[in-house]
Amino acid sequence: MENKKFMTLTRRRSIKGFFFIVPWLIGFLWFYLRSLMLTVQFSVSELTVSPGGGYTLDFVGLDNFIYAFRAHGTFKQILTTSIGDMVVDVPLITFFSLLIAMLLNREFKGRTLVRAIFFLPVILNSDAIVGAMGIARGLMVGGLSNTSSEILDAAATTGVSVDYYIQMFTSLGIPTIFIQYVMGAVGRISDIINASGVQIIVFLAALQSIPGSMYEVAKIEGATAYETFWKVTFPMVMPHIITVVVYTVVDSFIDSEVVDLAYATAFDQNNYGLSSVFSLVSTLVTCLILGLTVYFIQKRTFYYN
Amino acid sequence: MSEEMTLEQKNKEETIDQVDVIAEGSGFLSKMDKNKKSQITNGVKGFVLGVFRWIIIIGIAYVIIGPVLGMISRSFFSDADNYNPMVYMIPESPTLERFKVAASTLNYKSTVINSLIYSLSLMVIQVLMCSMAGYGFARYNFPLKKLFFACVVLMIVVPTHTIMLPLYMTFSNFDVFGIISLINGKPLNLLSSAVPMYIMTFFSCGLRSGLYIYIFTQFFRGLPKEIEEAAFVDGCGVWYTYFRIMLRNATPAAITVAIFSLVWQYNDTFYARLFNISDSLVISKRIVGLQLTIGNVYKIYDPNILELYMDAGIILMMIPLVVIYILLQKQFVEGVERSGIVG
Repeated sequence: MENKKFMTLTRRRSIKGFFFIVPWLIGFLWFYLRSLMLTVQFSVSELTVSPGGGYTLDFVGLDNFIYAFRAHGTFKQILTTSIGDMVVDVPLITFFSLLIAMLLNREFKGRTLVRAIFFLPVILNSDAIVGAMGIARGLMVGGLSNTSSEILDAAATTGVSVDYYIQMFTSLGIPTIFIQYVMGAVGRISDIINASGVQIIVFLAALQSIPGSMYEVAKIEGATAYETFWKVTFPMVMPHIITVVVYTVVDSFIDSEVVDLAYATAFDQNNYGLSSVFSLVSTLVTCLILGLTVYFIQKRTFYYN
Repeated sequence: MSEEMTLEQKNKEETIDQVDVIAEGSGFLSKMDKNKKSQITNGVKGFVLGVFRWIIIIGIAYVIIGPVLGMISRSFFSDADNYNPMVYMIPESPTLERFKVAASTLNYKSTVINSLIYSLSLMVIQVLMCSMAGYGFARYNFPLKKLFFACVVLMIVVPTHTIMLPLYMTFSNFDVFGIISLINGKPLNLLSSAVPMYIMTFFSCGLRSGLYIYIFTQFFRGLPKEIEEAAFVDGCGVWYTYFRIMLRNATPAAITVAIFSLVWQYNDTFYARLFNISDSLVISKRIVGLQLTIGNVYKIYDPNILELYMDAGIILMMIPLVVIYILLQKQFVEGVERSGIVG
């Protein structure tokens, strides 16, 4: 009781508030921070599981890292493909979901149904479901496949001459890399749609939070729809693009082959040290990419509040 | 003096008004014409844009729905239908064989009920614990708050697979400050049960808890402070305010988090594999091995036919999710929009 007299209201409130986050804090320290430290420790040591259930660590320095980069057969290749896929997919998913969110933001008949359909991929995202859906999709939609050459094969049966269009664009002087990128994007459209459920939701929420008065002003000033998009909508959703990019990068890394490799190395070959190296390196690369993208986007971001 | 001034001003204003009226009157006819023209062009523009929008929407909806429809129709195919190139979508001799076999192999009823109980209970814990943390972050000031919130973001950013090994180790030799080994003689092995998942979720470190804490924080930040102040003045304690007032007001965010958490937990195979949770508790884990099990038990070696069983199994697995989604669809979409999932 005596003690309470000396505490101000804010002080008391802050202590009470701290109680709200105590469970999380314990969990974070116990499961996340400790685990991160342990991962670092595992990666520089050789771990042997002792029969009693415990384990012993022998410090081996950077041996695991050197092995992963110099001697391991597939790690470098898998890492680079995963990163490559990510670099290709993230901008596609971001812009696609922004486009869809803008489509869904308008009032039109049957909007509820369309929204329900568009959020379906969020509900149906499971390894097993996605795998089986891939097979069903191949049989249903037919021409949708991974590489541009496969698209060509499939398109030949439908009577649409894709070759002709490619020729046309090439003769216009558009670089081949760009055409292949677009072709690849079109071919993987179903993957992109399936990966952009949450992102569409984020952008929808962002679009809803733009005050209507801004559009009114733009209209009064005589801005066209195109100008309104670039001068009002885009800057206003810019902060949320960071959220979306972060989410997409993390999400694509969780599904990537590096995770499978790390998992297999740990639990099939019992090589825990090497597995930690794989996880650690891929995490560091992810964080690096995230940091760079966020930095570059943030430089151009305009904060309304 | 002042009266004169106002009179003069009034006169001036009146004349200005008159001038305006005259100006409007003279340009009246030409304006009508312009309006009509722009109305027509706007109408055409709107129509074309509308058609364009619907083409895109229907196209994308087809890409999403198509495989689902294909799976549903294929799960009714008989062996003959599968090899008949003339059969598309509508089977000639539909059969329920696939569902029967898949359901019995999955041990459907008990597995679905078990995994629904498992995911629903985890969902309730997630919503409670994450909303608590979110509320703390949004409404209270305490030292190191910014650092702690950065840790929440770190939880979102760091992929779970980075910490999977230590987690595995932690739960295979589970101990709290040596207390358990003091009582039991040796640390507990909690693997092959659902306990690790519950412990982690209880300390809001479960499946994507970081994201949920973030959502709740953003939402509570958007709520007006007056609600709590009124409660405080009326003599509500902190916990009473939180449970009876704030949590009620956070329904949109809670529904969003609840659906996300339920669905992701139900579909999760990562933690189920890592903690080796029994597949009678987690249907998604059982579905992964379905094709192999059916092939072995029923001696079916044709992968094309096995896929049909897989389709049926996946439809069985999806049914509870789709029912829940249809029931909560409206609240979910609206909740997502108002929950401030964004920053």
